[in-house]
Amino acid sequence: MLDELTIGFLPLVDACLPILAAEHGFAEAEGLSLRFIKDMSWATVLDRLLYGHSDAAHMIAPLAIATTLGRGRPAQPLAAPFVLGLNGNAITLSCDLAARVGPLEGLGDPHEVGSALCKEVARLQKQGRKLRFGVVPRYSSHNYMLRYWLSACGIRPEHDVEIVTVAPPFSADALAAGEIDGSCVGEPWNSIAVDRGVGCIVLASAQIWRRGVEKVLAMRADRLEARRPAVEALIRAMRKAGAHFVDPSNWEVNAAVLARPEYCNAPSEIILRAISDRLVLRADGAPVLYSDFMFQHREAANFPWISQAEWLYTQLVRWDGLAYDSGDAEKAARVFRPDVYRSALSGTGDVLPGASSKVEGSLDRPTAVTAQQGAMTLAENSFFDGRPFDPDNVEGYIASQQ
Amino acid sequence: MRIVIIDDSAVRASIIEEGLASLEDCEISIISGREKLLARVAESAPDVVLMNLGNPSRDVLEEYFAVSRALARPIAMFVDESDDESIAASIDAGVSAYVVDGLSAHRIRPLLDLAVRRFNAFARLQTDLAVAKGKLAEREMIDKAKRILMDSKGVTEPDAYGELRRKAMSSNKRIAEIAEAVVTAHELLGGA
Repeated sequence: MLDELTIGFLPLVDACLPILAAEHGFAEAEGLSLRFIKDMSWATVLDRLLYGHSDAAHMIAPLAIATTLGRGRPAQPLAAPFVLGLNGNAITLSCDLAARVGPLEGLGDPHEVGSALCKEVARLQKQGRKLRFGVVPRYSSHNYMLRYWLSACGIRPEHDVEIVTVAPPFSADALAAGEIDGSCVGEPWNSIAVDRGVGCIVLASAQIWRRGVEKVLAMRADRLEARRPAVEALIRAMRKAGAHFVDPSNWEVNAAVLARPEYCNAPSEIILRAISDRLVLRADGAPVLYSDFMFQHREAANFPWISQAEWLYTQLVRWDGLAYDSGDAEKAARVFRPDVYRSALSGTGDVLPGASSKVEGSLDRPTAVTAQQGAMTLAENSFFDGRPFDPDNVEGYIASQQ
Repeated sequence: MRIVIIDDSAVRASIIEEGLASLEDCEISIISGREKLLARVAESAPDVVLMNLGNPSRDVLEEYFAVSRALARPIAMFVDESDDESIAASIDAGVSAYVVDGLSAHRIRPLLDLAVRRFNAFARLQTDLAVAKGKLAEREMIDKAKRILMDSKGVTEPDAYGELRRKAMSSNKRIAEIAEAVVTAHELLGGA
């Protein structure tokens, strides 16, 4: 008898691990049967999770933290025992704006694009116009990455530009209609804008933070405890799906699976771009290789580092205009559950880090780190402005950003 | 009380509207489509916003309600206002609701209960419609199978139907399934 789990998701390439775990039989081998519910907005994914339509969900990590802290609705503790991937988002500008601030070819340099954008913002301000950017909800890494980049380039996100919410499947429409001048969204939605000729990709989120935390597998904390054996089985199945996903010989097969109507409902050729790190940046352009555009599996990429949750908390405080609160910081940190991840994989031979927290953005070259099991080397993980985040000084980091 | 119903399904919107019309002092407007959505919501200055749970514009509206300074009393999700059981009922029915802060619970409850009932009624209608459509498709399939038997065996229509029925009974299947098998076999054998 298979143990059943229902998983909510949005049609995005980074929902790949649970989907591939089911499609390739990794879940079944762990005694699991997975059922999926697709939605079009994160609010719906969250409601279904909170009211038991789903057991677990593909979720923007900051939303799991915001829900735990009761931002915008009564607090409900969520738990994230698994990171579904790092980065994989891009900044796409309208072709007109990209022509003025973007690079001539390839992806831009975040400093150069930022300073050109800064001048453009000032020029438009004189005409009484503000650039408008679309992101998914405020509690998303898209929003935090975009704001991090803009403000480090001297553009005040709340004053100098407008940031509005656009559901990912509509971001190409919004660019086409001129409702927004740019967006920060996940794949395949940047590539779809490019193919429609309404946008040009100028930056990958991995250029802003080389190893930025992205979606997580989120559950209600009480449901995680109640379904603990099934969740641990799911973690093992998703690690196997990840090994399959990063193997180039499986890229085309996996793109075809994710392209299906019940999943991303997009051409598999477009999905393949994110999977293979080869993005087409402007209509009719040649594919450009950018390594680790969407980072999966290697370097224990799915490990839920407490320090990642703490960094997200610092950005929540920063952009919601809150004061640092040690109680909230602790609650936010506890959303990420490395203990569950360890327990699921202990004894499997899979690599497990020795620590559960690290200084984020401190590595500028590959560095060997201690591991509980297996051998582990972490690659460069820096923020584009070179400022590391030390989880031992959350309060100081927040203060330095104000 | 001003109520805005946001729904891209005109049928569902009017079913809900009809249900809520029995409430006193209610002014109801319906908004569909994504275009200028927020401007139209702001123009209606609603006390309550009802929309289907899976509406793709929900994230856009949640953000708007969270930061809206245009409204005198910011709109909150009704989860602040109501008990958990009725929220669960509405989520199950596929309704999400947003309510102006401070609107008293005794005015919201009957409205939500009605909305849930109307959403459920719409869901039943859809199921009925799907069943009806399925029956129609089955009838067409049976007609096709009958024609194949009539043409290939030179039997009358009642005899063709009789054969399908006998086969269904002896193999413990529905006539529609037998008919489908006949049609499929016929197509495979190049008779289509």
